[in-house]
Formats: sequence, structure tokens, C-alpha cells
Amino acid sequence: MSNIVDVPVGPQHPALKEPLNITCYVDGEQVVGAKLRIGYNHRGIEKAGEYQTFIQNLYIAERICGICGIVHAFDLAQATEHIIGKEIPRRADYLRTIGLELNRIHSHLLWLGVAAHEIGFDTLFMYVWRDREVVMDVIEDFTGNRVTYALVTIGGVRRDLPQEKAEKMLRVMDALEETVKKYKEMCLNEKTIRMRCDGVGVLRKEDAIALCAVGPTIRASGVPFDIRADDPHAAYDEIPFKVVTYDTCDVTARILVRIDETLESINIVREAIKKMPSGPIRARLPRAVPVGEGVGRTEAPRGEVIHYVRSNGTDRPFRWKVRAPTLANLLSIPVMLTSKGDYVVYIADVPITFASIDPCLSCTDRAVKFVDVSSGKSWVWTFSQIKRMYWKDKPCWRERP
Amino acid sequence: MPIFREVLRTAPKKRATLLYPFEKRDVPLDYRGRIEINYDLCVGCGLCVKECPSQALELVTLPDGKKKPRYYVARCTFCAQCVESCPRNAIKSTQIYELATYNRKAEVVEPCGTSR
Repeated sequence: MSNIVDVPVGPQHPALKEPLNITCYVDGEQVVGAKLRIGYNHRGIEKAGEYQTFIQNLYIAERICGICGIVHAFDLAQATEHIIGKEIPRRADYLRTIGLELNRIHSHLLWLGVAAHEIGFDTLFMYVWRDREVVMDVIEDFTGNRVTYALVTIGGVRRDLPQEKAEKMLRVMDALEETVKKYKEMCLNEKTIRMRCDGVGVLRKEDAIALCAVGPTIRASGVPFDIRADDPHAAYDEIPFKVVTYDTCDVTARILVRIDETLESINIVREAIKKMPSGPIRARLPRAVPVGEGVGRTEAPRGEVIHYVRSNGTDRPFRWKVRAPTLANLLSIPVMLTSKGDYVVYIADVPITFASIDPCLSCTDRAVKFVDVSSGKSWVWTFSQIKRMYWKDKPCWRERP
Repeated sequence: MPIFREVLRTAPKKRATLLYPFEKRDVPLDYRGRIEINYDLCVGCGLCVKECPSQALELVTLPDGKKKPRYYVARCTFCAQCVESCPRNAIKSTQIYELATYNRKAEVVEPCGTSR
């Protein structure tokens, strides 16, 4: 007789520093099913964006995610430029591409460290993060800060890349390529990694397509889906690169996809520096954005990011919507965590399976639903209803300008 | 075990981390640290105040009727948008990044140098 037990993993849980609840249905040591609950990290960024101007929103957008900061600012700028409908200088496109790719390199190396940590291989974790520091230093040299870059602005970029900095960047890329190749060798041959990751967290190709997975998660399931190649933006139409796919569909495939993508990114940075035209880096665009709707999409390190902006003719957006890649990837977690036939999931594999999609929950939480835990009833309140309920006599919110 | 090769290669090397308060790392020349306002150049147009995403700048009226920005260091996110907005180039980023203090008054830079 099977006896199924619910094991709640989270909101404070072993895999990540971010809150998320996974309820695993466990039969003995095997996980037979899982249920996700998100929404512990709602920050109201979209609403805050409606009170600020488009330029100020770039800096909020950068803080949606601490790791892919350039991506979100770039996407918002792209959406805004879509509404305005003006071309930006070509050099700015190349500089944005360099920024995006440096972002991807450091994010993938960071994830490799986290993955090593999840399988208890802390030596690799420390080494990878040490080698990631050189990328952070290059980014700091280029943009002026390590984490919040403030590089992208509406109509171009804020900083140029002088010749000596570009040469330094190329030197670092050469050294980094050697390092990353070494890590690839290590991940392929190291027994600890292969034993923990081979055949774990399998997401079959048809499941990945049906669940709309994005980014390295779907590419590790053998689907060549990459916004950089499918819908070229910035300077990706002029830079050749390979869309990396693996078809073993497990955690090892996700590790290898990310390492190979890092190598591709290094090549893109080199190519972009080589092909970069001279000229202005910024077009002066009006502060007040005309009435209209704009969409910006790009390939973040974790997958496709979409920003939607609607303007009513003022300098503030009427609506700003962000779809972060983790929201698309989260749906595949219950599938990866369900034992089926020969495929068996053990409790010890839950952290690495979950971490293998590189989740970023602060990017993801965009909406809040109220749930009465005792009765299980759920409902949605509008902003004015919440105001009426709780802040009736306290004018502690700012009226919309 | 390829990791052991890496361990042996790294073991005799210098450590990668710094003993922070005693050793400090150099930041690039165009680092975006704490901003510095040259009140002699400032004409009080208020563009920096309007564009600041974190309300770190506030326009105050001085006794002689001129308007100048007051700078709240603790609110600043160091995006340097004000440096870009300033039409007189009166604001510039510095390399100062150690800003923790016990004195809350020291976090507010009051306008001075009202020679204009």
C-alpha cells in the first residue's frame, strides 16, 4: 500500500535564497508529484512605474532583476523607442549588444556556481565565482558599476567604449575563454557532477514545447528557440552566432547549454567590438512619449523577456507590463518533479532540479491573489478596493498624477 | 578527477579576496559613486530634481531667494542621471563609495556657495 506524504519545500528552502513554495507529494523516497505556489515576493514595480517618468523607469526596470539588469532596461527602452518610432544610432546597438552579452556571461557563470553549490560541490562553486569576478570588473570598467549598470537610455546608450577599454575587454575575453573551456572539460569528466545530474530533472521535448518553456531550459530539451536568432534586435542581425541545443533534456544538458552559450557570448562580444561602427551613441528623443503601445523583447540569460508599454501622450507610462522568463519556465517544474515509469525523482534531487531552470522569483512575481488558507478560497481585489478596505481614513498613497 | 588538477594549480597562488576594510580595491576613473554638486555653477533649474528616480535631490529656496538642490546621500541610487541632465555640468560623479555613517546629518548635503 502506498502512503503519500506532502512535503512542503519552502518558502524558505534549500535551493535558493528566494521565496517559493513547492509542495512535493512523496511516496517513500520518491517524489510522485509537485505543486508550486509563488507570490511571496510581489514588489509592485509595475504600479510604481506608472508614477514615474520613462527615464526614471529605466532605473526601476534595472532593479527588477539584480543579475540581468541591462536586459530589463534594454527591453523597456526598446518598447519606448517602438512607440516613438525613431531609429537609434547603429553604434548604440552594438554597445547594447556588448552589454547584454557581458550580462549573459556573468549570469551563466553565476548559475554554474549555484548549480555546483546545489549538488554539494562547493569547491567548483568557489572557483567559478572567483573567475566570474573578472567579468564583473570588465562590466564595471565599461558601465561604471558592478551590478546596477545604468547603461541603456531611451535613444541609445549613456557610455561609449573607448579603444583602450575595448582592448582590455578583448584581453579578458581571451583569458575567460580558456577558463570556461576548462570548466566545460571539468563538467564533462567530473564524476560528482555526472552522478548528480545525468538523468535528473528530465523535461522531454514535447513537454517543453507544450509548457512554453524558454531560454536554456527549452534549448536543453533540443528546441532551437532563441529570440536573438528568431527576432533579431540590437546588432544580432549582423553578428553570426550559433544557437546551442542539447537533446539529453536533463540537468547536465542545461549545464552544458549554459557553458556553450557563454563561449558563444564571448565570440559575440569579440565580433561586436570588431564590427562596431563609429558615430554617435545616442539620439535625443522627446521626453513626452506619443500615444501608443510598444513591445520590447530580448533573450535574457534565462530566456525571453517581454516588456509592454502603453503611453497616453505624457512623460509617464499609462501601463507597463513585464513578463520575466522564470514565469514561463516555472510551469515545467512540476513535470520535472513527477516520477513516471522508468524516470524516478528522489527528494535529494529536488533542489538541483528546481535550480536548473535558473529561477529568479523577484523578476517573476507580478501579481497578487488573496487566498484564505483555512478555506482555500481565493479572490482578487482591485487597487481601489484595497484602498477602501484598509486605508479608508489614511491618505497614505500617492494620487496618480 | 579534473577538479584536483585545478586545486593543485590554485593552491600556491595568492588568495583572490581582499581583507576589505584594510585593503581596498581601485575603482575605475569614471566610476559612478557619490555625486558632487558645484553650487557655484548651479543655476537652480531643477532638472536634476525632476529626473532623479529616487527623490534624492530636493529643491530648496535659500535666504537670498535662489533655488538650489539639497542632496540626500542615503536615498541616492548612484545612477548619475542628474549628471547627465544638468545643463551646466555642475554635477559630477566621484569615486567615493564608502558612505556608511553614524551621523544622519552627514548624509544630507545642504546647498552652499551661493556666490552667483
